[in-house]
Amino acid sequence: MSTATVAVPLTRRIGIGASLTRNRRWALIVSYVFLIIFAIFFLLPPYYMVVTALKSDAEMARLATNPWFIFDGVTLDQFKILLFQTDFLIFFKNTVIVTVCVVAITMVVSVLAAFSLGRMKFWGSSILATGIFLTYLVPDTLLFIPMFQIVKSIGLLNSYWGMVLVYPTLTVPFCTWIMIGYFQSIPKELDEAALIDGAGHMQMLFKIFIPVALPGIIAAMIFAFTVSWAAFVYPLAFLYSSDQQVLTVGTVTSLIRGDVYKWGMLMAGALLAAAPPLVIYAFLMDYYIAGLTAGATKG
Amino acid sequence: MADTARTWIPSAMADTAAAPVTRNGFQRLMRRRSTIAVAMCVPLMAIVVCLIIYPAFYSIYLSMLNKAQTRFIGLSNFAFLMSRDTFWMVAEQSTIFALSAVFFKALIGLITAHLVNNLPVKGQRKWRGMLLVPWVIPLALSTLGWWWMFDPTNSAFNYTLRSFGFAGIPWLSDPYWARFSVILVNVWYGAPFFLIMYLAALKSVPEQLYEAASIDGATAWQKFRHITLPMMHNIIAITVLFSLIVTFANFDIVQIMTAGGPRNMTHMFATYSFLLGIRSGDLPLGAATSLFMVPILAIAAVFILRGVRKRGREIA
Repeated sequence: MSTATVAVPLTRRIGIGASLTRNRRWALIVSYVFLIIFAIFFLLPPYYMVVTALKSDAEMARLATNPWFIFDGVTLDQFKILLFQTDFLIFFKNTVIVTVCVVAITMVVSVLAAFSLGRMKFWGSSILATGIFLTYLVPDTLLFIPMFQIVKSIGLLNSYWGMVLVYPTLTVPFCTWIMIGYFQSIPKELDEAALIDGAGHMQMLFKIFIPVALPGIIAAMIFAFTVSWAAFVYPLAFLYSSDQQVLTVGTVTSLIRGDVYKWGMLMAGALLAAAPPLVIYAFLMDYYIAGLTAGATKG
Repeated sequence: MADTARTWIPSAMADTAAAPVTRNGFQRLMRRRSTIAVAMCVPLMAIVVCLIIYPAFYSIYLSMLNKAQTRFIGLSNFAFLMSRDTFWMVAEQSTIFALSAVFFKALIGLITAHLVNNLPVKGQRKWRGMLLVPWVIPLALSTLGWWWMFDPTNSAFNYTLRSFGFAGIPWLSDPYWARFSVILVNVWYGAPFFLIMYLAALKSVPEQLYEAASIDGATAWQKFRHITLPMMHNIIAITVLFSLIVTFANFDIVQIMTAGGPRNMTHMFATYSFLLGIRSGDLPLGAATSLFMVPILAIAAVFILRGVRKRGREIA
């Protein structure tokens, strides 16, 4: 797949510059062709969701036209039904509350802990850091059954505040882990200088470490946001009335009524529910990717 | 506790820094570096102990109770599960799902990473941004989209197949096609993650190595085999193992598209324990089912930790 051109020994290159560029152009064309095929595979479902959401029910029921395109004209009816005749806005509000709380809790807990584990080092701190990484590898599908019992005993079953309690288990370990990496990459001279100037540890954290590690903090925040926005197992197991439901489960379960699926409305719901992560990704792609790759490269 | 402020800062500065410490013992303790450090970790430890470690052990206890949770029955739940054919089918399907999905995710990720890396630097961002979209959409919602494309009467795929003269495929109603479909969706969702990890790793391979190989007359394949692969070996291992954990414990796709059917053929450990524990109300049996995931997850976790540690040393 990689360029065949560079394989030509340098000694022979000088005379055959023309064929070299031709080879390189061919490699580029082949790359583009395959990339377009992969891009179609990756973007087909979102495209089809958009097409379905913008179609009228009548066109969908006719079954005659090519489903991949819109023939009867674009309509926003599905979005209107979704917003005014279903509980979608309640799900949205609940999800926003849960996500904001979870991101706030996650950032406070993991920045404090990462500063301590990455910079201050105490007895057992490296073991603790390793332990944090291991807990990140514990999947939610392993814990949801005991967690059901725990949430039930606290009385938070069927309440979105229960989600605020359990989601940090998905976000805190990873965010702490990548923040440790970011804090460790800050030069030691900075905190020594601050200490000589008489700064306390808290001042050091807020005046130096948080501003300097801001890219890492944004990456961690985006991670916490996407995880709590997309969580599925916990709300499916713990929430059952629609006034407490969150977007992922609400869209997938509550919007389906009866045997006839209102696919246009479902797709409109899925798109609107997926919009916030997509918008954040569109604007902060580099931070998003930094957070994604940091887990394996830092620490 | 030797690491007080005094020993930590350079000795020349020790006196100036130690001066503000008061005579009061408690205050001095509070000003100690290690005390503050531990205090800052308390919220984290509270979350980890109360909401991860405690539930994990509670799960073990729970799995040894009877359905009404009134009586301790030892390992009977595990024995019961192991005597059921359905359980072994779940184990088989979880393994098939995880291994095949991770293999294709890694393969597609590797290919697309190389393709993107071949492009002129200016265009790479755009392509990378486009190809990562499946990973950004919450899995439950994109699975809903896939489900709609697999819909028995309105399937957009079948429409396309029929218009080319082929017969429609029973995507989710035939057990083996259903297995194929859930794996396909998982590959679609997870391949972009591999692409990003590999692309980052490819960028970190020093250009001089390839130049040196070119001078020695290495072919593209030789360069891949003897430079790229060894340089990326560790990151590939970490990504594959990590993905193995996540894929093995996957829940959303199967739960939404098939809920384990047809004939329980697509159940994974996660969905099966959800069915037994939450839907049928037998929490102990559900806990026992999910605990069967632990050995495999633990093995993968140990190797990931080794890989990450090694990588940490390489970077340092």
